[in-house]
Amino acid sequence: MSARDDVLARIRAAARTGADGTGPASFAAAPSPGPRYRTRSELAGPELLELLASRLTDYRALVHLASAATLADEIGAALRRRQARRIVVPPALRLPLPGFVTATADTRPFLSPAELAAFDGVVTRAAVAVAETGTIVLDGSPDQGRRAISLVPDYHLCVVEAGQVVHLVPEAVARLAAGRPLTWISGPSATSDIELERVEGVHGPRTLEVVLVSG
Amino acid sequence: MTAFLGLPGWPGRPGSRRPPAEPAHAPRGVGHLRAADPFPVAARRALADAQLRRNLGKATTTIRAKRAAVVSELPDWEELRAAGEAIKTATMADLDRHLEQLDAAVTARGGTVHWARDAIEANNIVTALVQAAGATEVVKVKSLATDEIGLNDALAAAGIAAYETDLAELIVQLGHDRPSHVLVPAIHRNRSEIRDIFLREMNDVSPDLTDDPAALAEAARQHLRRKFLSATVGISGANFGVAETGTLCVVESEGNGRMCVTLPQTLITVMGIEKVIPSWADLGVFLQLLPRSSTGERMNPYTSMWTGVTPGDGPQSVHLVLLDNGRTAALADPVGRAALHCIRCSACLNVCPVYERTGGHAYGSVYPGPIGAVLSPQLTGIEDNASLPYASSLCGACYDVCPVKINIPELLVHLRARHVEEARRTQRLPSAEAITMAAASYVLADPGRLAAAQSASRSGRLLGRRGRITALPPPLAAWTRARDAPVPPPQTFRQWWQGHHGDDRGDRDDRGDQ
Repeated sequence: MSARDDVLARIRAAARTGADGTGPASFAAAPSPGPRYRTRSELAGPELLELLASRLTDYRALVHLASAATLADEIGAALRRRQARRIVVPPALRLPLPGFVTATADTRPFLSPAELAAFDGVVTRAAVAVAETGTIVLDGSPDQGRRAISLVPDYHLCVVEAGQVVHLVPEAVARLAAGRPLTWISGPSATSDIELERVEGVHGPRTLEVVLVSG
Repeated sequence: MTAFLGLPGWPGRPGSRRPPAEPAHAPRGVGHLRAADPFPVAARRALADAQLRRNLGKATTTIRAKRAAVVSELPDWEELRAAGEAIKTATMADLDRHLEQLDAAVTARGGTVHWARDAIEANNIVTALVQAAGATEVVKVKSLATDEIGLNDALAAAGIAAYETDLAELIVQLGHDRPSHVLVPAIHRNRSEIRDIFLREMNDVSPDLTDDPAALAEAARQHLRRKFLSATVGISGANFGVAETGTLCVVESEGNGRMCVTLPQTLITVMGIEKVIPSWADLGVFLQLLPRSSTGERMNPYTSMWTGVTPGDGPQSVHLVLLDNGRTAALADPVGRAALHCIRCSACLNVCPVYERTGGHAYGSVYPGPIGAVLSPQLTGIEDNASLPYASSLCGACYDVCPVKINIPELLVHLRARHVEEARRTQRLPSAEAITMAAASYVLADPGRLAAAQSASRSGRLLGRRGRITALPPPLAAWTRARDAPVPPPQTFRQWWQGHHGDDRGDRDDRGDQ
């Protein structure tokens, strides 16, 4: 008998062990009345963006609000402050980058981890953002790129559109496609392993900057 | 006589529950589920360490406050807990079907699924996969399952170096130490101890290293960066495996998890079979329950999810090892199986008055604290961890904070009863406990005998000092090894009553009214 068959047989034998040593009746779950926790929210518009901004800031991300008209300026100002000149970008970022930046698109043959480590930073878009938890989710679409490009460089600038923001975690889960490689990001990398004192910046990007675009 | 906490019904009834076959427990001699010493012995050692108690007290106090703050933010916390419990109960009810579905979904997406009956089999599978990839070193994300099976030892025996990349696990590994907490494995070390370990064990660290946590984290970053960028095999556990989609999920903070599941060409994930969840939507529940309960954050900094192989992104050789190692034995206990609902948040450790004083090492298993006290004995068989179900005051704080509402006090009492029952079946001589209970039953059955016994008990006053007896003679010594007994009072209640109400005494009093 294969290990698979063996383990499955053990599970079925265990399931037959009811409270009285007989049938599986005690094992069956009660029928669920459907979720009673919040799965939808009416929160929208500026309130939603404000909540996301404050929760991101709470976890030490740098946050800027922009409109379609000021987006290019905000991106340029952020990269200038950071003195980020050599930037890696996903294959189809479609964002205006300032003239002082040399942007390298990560297309086949892909950049190696060592090459990625040499960049000053990465600029991506996002798939979804969760306001209540201050979370940005990347799903590997062409405007976000491979997981490695938003991981190895020490600085991540992420542009989030208002229409991508939801209030609740279940709303984000419902929007995301399971088959894609997903990265949920809530602030820069951090550890609390030493006396539970939070230290920002361990292995992932030590600085996360977010531009929220409304209108 | 009804419920006696921690004591058997006596005279005993025949065992009411007998599994159809001997359950398959985690094998001896491999992994980290069994203690070298029983809990009272190990706890005594831990309690003598004042530094350890200071570190633990500070850490657990901090994290309790953080958890309470973020839990109180959510208006639907209790509904989420109820949903978490319901999903886990439903999962266990159809565990075979969910695992088959997970297997099929991962396979359909280009992953390879392996099944392991126990730790030995899992270690062999992983070792063979690493060797097939031609690697002599691997990077690891913190994973309780791989610690449970002793994977690092097995890899070392095959000449493969396993590098722990979580900061706390790195501290533990470099300190040639054992983890003492599910979430913060180095909770027993303070900053200056950690600096000393780094200075001693890292060959690339500056001798000027301070004990500032940020400086220590930076040293770890430098130390591991080269490993991450060159590693060809990564090994992880999984917080969740979604049956419906084949998606695996790792929740972490530092980015070491992202490094390990993204950069290597080969990724091997070891997951206990109880970590499967039925549907994609279930993540919406657990991604709220887990971070708030464990680190006390609204969301942990990084969560990675992958579904088989994604061409051009991340590892192109993806393996999942599904591990039993005693889990089906726990499943066979209709009460005890609730311990399998655990999502390893560690909230129960942080609120436990026993854990807060002894720390994790005293439990002798990779799963310490209240949940460990009910999980470890079920994985190994109770006789191999017999003292753990007693390592609790049954105060119930663990149940209150559990995000999936595992009734740990109830499980503790249940396992104590099972332990006594199993011991009675296998031992030919009755235990001291059994003799005591039989004697109590004889004495309590007759008022005259009770009066005589109470009168005799006053001789016990000779053993006491300041109202306490700290050492009773055998066979009662077992009781006073871990607790003091009060000195018997100078007069019994009956004698007191007779002295105060001597006038209206009647024979009816002696007949008792029970």
